[in-house]
Amino acid sequence: MSPRSAVLALAVVAPLLAAAPEARAAGLKVVATTEDLAALAREVGGDRISVESIARGYQDPHFVEAKPSFILKLHSADLLVVVGRELEIGWLPPLLQQSRNEKIQVGSKGYLDASLNVRILDIPQGQITRAMGDVHPLGNPHYWLDPGNGRRIAQAIQAKLTELQPADGAYFGQRFADFDKRLAEAEKGWDATMAPFKGTKVVTYHRSWPNFVERFGLDVIGYVEPKPGIPPSPQHTIDLIGEMKKVKATIILVEPYFDLKTPQSVARETGGKVVVLAPSVGGVKEAADYIQLFNYNVGLIAGALKGGGK
Amino acid sequence: MVRARTPFLFSFVLVVLFTNPSFAQTSEADRLKAELEALRLEFSNRIAELEARLKAVENAAAQPAPAPVEAPPPALPTQMSAAPSSSSKMFNPDVAAIGDFIGAVGKSPGGGEPSLQLHEAELSLQAVVDPYARADVYLTFGPDEVGIEEAFVTFPTLPGGLLMKVGKFRDAFGKINAAHNHVLPFTERPLMTQNLLGGEEGLGDSGVSVSRIFPNNFAFIEATGQVFQGNSEIFKAEKRADLAYVGHLRGYRDLTESTNIDLGGSFAQGHNDAGGGDTTRLWGADATFRYRPLRRSIYTHFLARTEVAWSRRSELSGPSAFGAYGYLEYQFARRWTSGLRLDTAERATDPSIRDRGASFLLTYAPSEFSLVRGQYRHTRRGDGPRSNEFLFQFLFSIGAHGAHPF
Repeated sequence: MSPRSAVLALAVVAPLLAAAPEARAAGLKVVATTEDLAALAREVGGDRISVESIARGYQDPHFVEAKPSFILKLHSADLLVVVGRELEIGWLPPLLQQSRNEKIQVGSKGYLDASLNVRILDIPQGQITRAMGDVHPLGNPHYWLDPGNGRRIAQAIQAKLTELQPADGAYFGQRFADFDKRLAEAEKGWDATMAPFKGTKVVTYHRSWPNFVERFGLDVIGYVEPKPGIPPSPQHTIDLIGEMKKVKATIILVEPYFDLKTPQSVARETGGKVVVLAPSVGGVKEAADYIQLFNYNVGLIAGALKGGGK
Repeated sequence: MVRARTPFLFSFVLVVLFTNPSFAQTSEADRLKAELEALRLEFSNRIAELEARLKAVENAAAQPAPAPVEAPPPALPTQMSAAPSSSSKMFNPDVAAIGDFIGAVGKSPGGGEPSLQLHEAELSLQAVVDPYARADVYLTFGPDEVGIEEAFVTFPTLPGGLLMKVGKFRDAFGKINAAHNHVLPFTERPLMTQNLLGGEEGLGDSGVSVSRIFPNNFAFIEATGQVFQGNSEIFKAEKRADLAYVGHLRGYRDLTESTNIDLGGSFAQGHNDAGGGDTTRLWGADATFRYRPLRRSIYTHFLARTEVAWSRRSELSGPSAFGAYGYLEYQFARRWTSGLRLDTAERATDPSIRDRGASFLLTYAPSEFSLVRGQYRHTRRGDGPRSNEFLFQFLFSIGAHGAHPF
């Protein structure tokens, strides 16, 4: 094939592919950056909206690839819900810019930063540099792991949906009230399950759990990562083992997207246990919605602590 | 506003008190006392009222959610917006600097890279201009020149789903031409780029770019059309009318959540340096296959890419000059990536000479912000000499550098 005909063939074939009709779902089209936000939007929006998420629950949300297929999702979105606090800084801006969708640009009506109404922890004080690792200057972005924050996010979404689709305002209000009730009910159960373990010392891999441990009364005494985003180093691992032995911590909480080698060798040395939690909805099959996410994690931790050294 | 006035009034009252000589007179004093008392009362009432209002405002800010079931969050997330910088600085663009240091060992008949060299320092400034545009400026400082790598404004929300860029930027010709040095997976550009597409500077010029996507359920299709002044490493404009044109068509499709395929076709045309209205035409095609399992995305990935290009100069009779490279990349640990590149390229001005090359690469990245790379490069020049070289590179990045296109 000559160069010219090769390019011509491409030029002819491509528009044919492009001619396929564009799918439009009924109601508002909501795109959330993570499955947690998508799940909360589903709780509130029910069947009056369609919801998609960009990152999967078992994926490290810091390192999502800015695939062009996501541009297509954003192109037709009416509302974009983001985690914010610079969690998506590595991949969302180019997607948003190429989305050619003015409705969801930062500052537009269809752009909702879920972090504006919630309780944020770990806001760094004083000077911060990258010598501290991959710190989040605007605070810890894993804030959805506190059910109280989940409620606030859902409420912010409810307000936004009502603003964008006022005809269904009552419906969204009803859905939120229902979710609120179910969540409160579930919280009682989780509190009861976790009550015996208040103050238990644990280790986590990444700093993904400050809101979670604060809510359920666990005490994080160390991290497998020496600094946020920096992979484990031998010296840090030895120090961590020493510290865990000293304070008798036996549980290591790990996100599903991290390598288990170091956590497992730490567990072996300390006689502890590695617990792979779901940091997001969809992180495991069992965590199919926001309430199930906590059911899963609380159940797993309580099970490990019951069976463990405590 | 109201609050600011209160201390002023107080001090005014104080000044009046201490400067009035008739203060000793009892009746006058009593009257003053009464007046003062009245004033004090009024003030304390107003302050109480203001305090209550302030509290209400603070509460509202602390829990914009009208307190569903729970107690209000103890910490004030709204404090966040009071970042430790003045408001004028908040509108400063994101600034980043990238240093690219390259060293070379071994004999190279063509001269090649110097032994040790700060190859390039790039300064980037990026910010949103207004609700309708954003701007990106990349300045490069080489060993003996300062240049504008790119500087353009982007209008992302034009009607008709168009995305427009105006300024100086790298042409949308293939994959590698549009990429900055520091994002390349190699220490240098492939022979195809060197021989046919203008080398390191590549195709880059002042112009206007318009692109649109064609939404459909099957694939991401993007068409880009660009018009340039016509002056770059490849094109030379003698007259205003000697514009250069670039067209690019990209198709992308996710095969699974971990794999995808990315195809592109490019065309460029402009006047060349032969003079007399002669032109250079370029055709290109690229194909990329990527694999990155989502659950282990930070630990492993695989990429296979090939680009081919043809260059045809109108003053030469005979066949077009052809160039291509094939590249395989495999990340085998969180910080380690290996790569293999095979090169072939005829010379644009003499397609009968074909250069070939092969490179093996190993990259170690301590973090997202730095890397060390080694490249073994074997080159066989079509006109005789062969070379075996070892190149190494240190790359470091500071500041807020915007994410790169995928």
